Amino acid sequence: MIEWTNAVVQGVLLGGLYALFAAGLSLIFGVMRLVNIAHGDLIVLAAYFGLTTTVMLGIHPFVALLIVMPLMAGFGYVLQRGLLNRTLGDDILPPLLVTFGLSVIIQNVLLEAYTADPQKLSGGAIETASVQLGGLALGVLPLLTFGIAVAVIAFLQWLFYATSLGRGFRAVSDNQQIAQLMGFNKAHIFGLAMALALAVTAIAGILLGMRTSFDPSVGGGRLIFGFEAVIIGGLGNLWGTLAGGVILGVAQTIGAKIDPGWQLLAGHVAFLVVLAFRSNGLFPRINH
Amino acid sequence: MSDPLLSLTGLNAHYGDFQALYGVDMEVHKGEVVAIIGANGAGKTTLMQSITGLVSNQPDQVRFRGQSIGGLRADQVAHLGLAMVPEGRQLFPSLSVHENLLVGATVGRPGPWTLAKIYDMFPILEERKAQQPSTLSGGQQQMVAIGRALMANPDLILFDEISLGLAPVIIGEIYKALPGIISEGMTAILVEQDISRALEVSSRVYCLQKGRVSLQRRTGDVTRDEITAAYFGVTA
Repeated sequence: MIEWTNAVVQGVLLGGLYALFAAGLSLIFGVMRLVNIAHGDLIVLAAYFGLTTTVMLGIHPFVALLIVMPLMAGFGYVLQRGLLNRTLGDDILPPLLVTFGLSVIIQNVLLEAYTADPQKLSGGAIETASVQLGGLALGVLPLLTFGIAVAVIAFLQWLFYATSLGRGFRAVSDNQQIAQLMGFNKAHIFGLAMALALAVTAIAGILLGMRTSFDPSVGGGRLIFGFEAVIIGGLGNLWGTLAGGVILGVAQTIGAKIDPGWQLLAGHVAFLVVLAFRSNGLFPRINH
Repeated sequence: MSDPLLSLTGLNAHYGDFQALYGVDMEVHKGEVVAIIGANGAGKTTLMQSITGLVSNQPDQVRFRGQSIGGLRADQVAHLGLAMVPEGRQLFPSLSVHENLLVGATVGRPGPWTLAKIYDMFPILEERKAQQPSTLSGGQQQMVAIGRALMANPDLILFDEISLGLAPVIIGEIYKALPGIISEGMTAILVEQDISRALEVSSRVYCLQKGRVSLQRRTGDVTRDEITAAYFGVTA
């Protein structure tokens, strides 16, 4: 019994990481209806930025966030205003194609720069530290990851619903033309949304790199987990995205408990079941 | 006469592939209320979109306070002091009534209009400020749309079909509030299907027909026959 409880608890904590993968994806889709195929590769890019920063400066990955977050945010703003804004319009195909191309480019640039060798961010003692709780051994890093995920979602929720920038995001999301009449520069608002999304992506990338090894090709898998968490939770609902990540994580760890080969499959099955019976996700906010 | 607040010179505007306006000339002076009337498809909406910057034009074709704005984006025009109450109200559905009003103040222009003053003029909105706009009646939604535009403290406010789809008694109430709004030193352009309403509150009237100005007069001087001719393109 304790083993099953353990599987569920580990799954919940893993779900925090998936929610971080998903939050940026959800935010971008919510504000500008852009499905970012390169999102997973941007997570991996952030992990590599973390690698370079920690190795060159000899600092802890968490400290490296102080550099990687602004770097990714700046990259996001420039990427949005320089490239992605040009693809947005009535047709949903151009942004899909362009971000798909971007995904290929990022993977190949990383391959050139860092080779295909698996890398890992060294978190030191925190990686192996654990706390005992009612017979369960909980890793400090997964606990911290989950705590950070909750904090990030709470911050985004506050930003969207209690600040003037959040009002701008929601107004532009509702009606771009009228929002422009109110004085919002759509291109700038979209740039800020992408900057915010990639700042979250930086956190996700660093935590990913501390948890497992990564190489330039693993972005696609992260994208799928992020997507599944968003869809399970329901589009446009940030807390739903956290719930979606948790459901996906629990499905994976329970699947792995039954048979180690079933980890990924169980997650996908959980996603399909939700999609089949609740196609708007479990906690939809936007009904389209 | 002083320089006009807004002037259109030979404005040719396109709506997609279709040319909607042909050489429209128009002047609006400070403190005026100008009515624009015309049948469906006469080009009224395109005219509004050209002035607000939603449709892009040659810079010199639209001038506001002496500045060429025809080539500016809508958000840049908004910052210069031009606001619109759009046709069909078009409130932000995921924002509360209160937030819709706050969004109107994005341009950050100081002036007589504040949240307190809007709530003073439309007390029902304060009662419903936490609600989503979709839960309000059509007339209340129109009050939010007007309040949202006023929150920008514009020099020029455009009312696009504010009576469309509203019950006559509600239209009466909205129009009762107009003089108070305009007396704050604001200049207004009023696009209306309801011609008699438009003439009641305006000092000058332009009539559009098939993308051209077919009539311009002081409201007091205009006759019913002239309007019929300009509106439908027939000579009585």
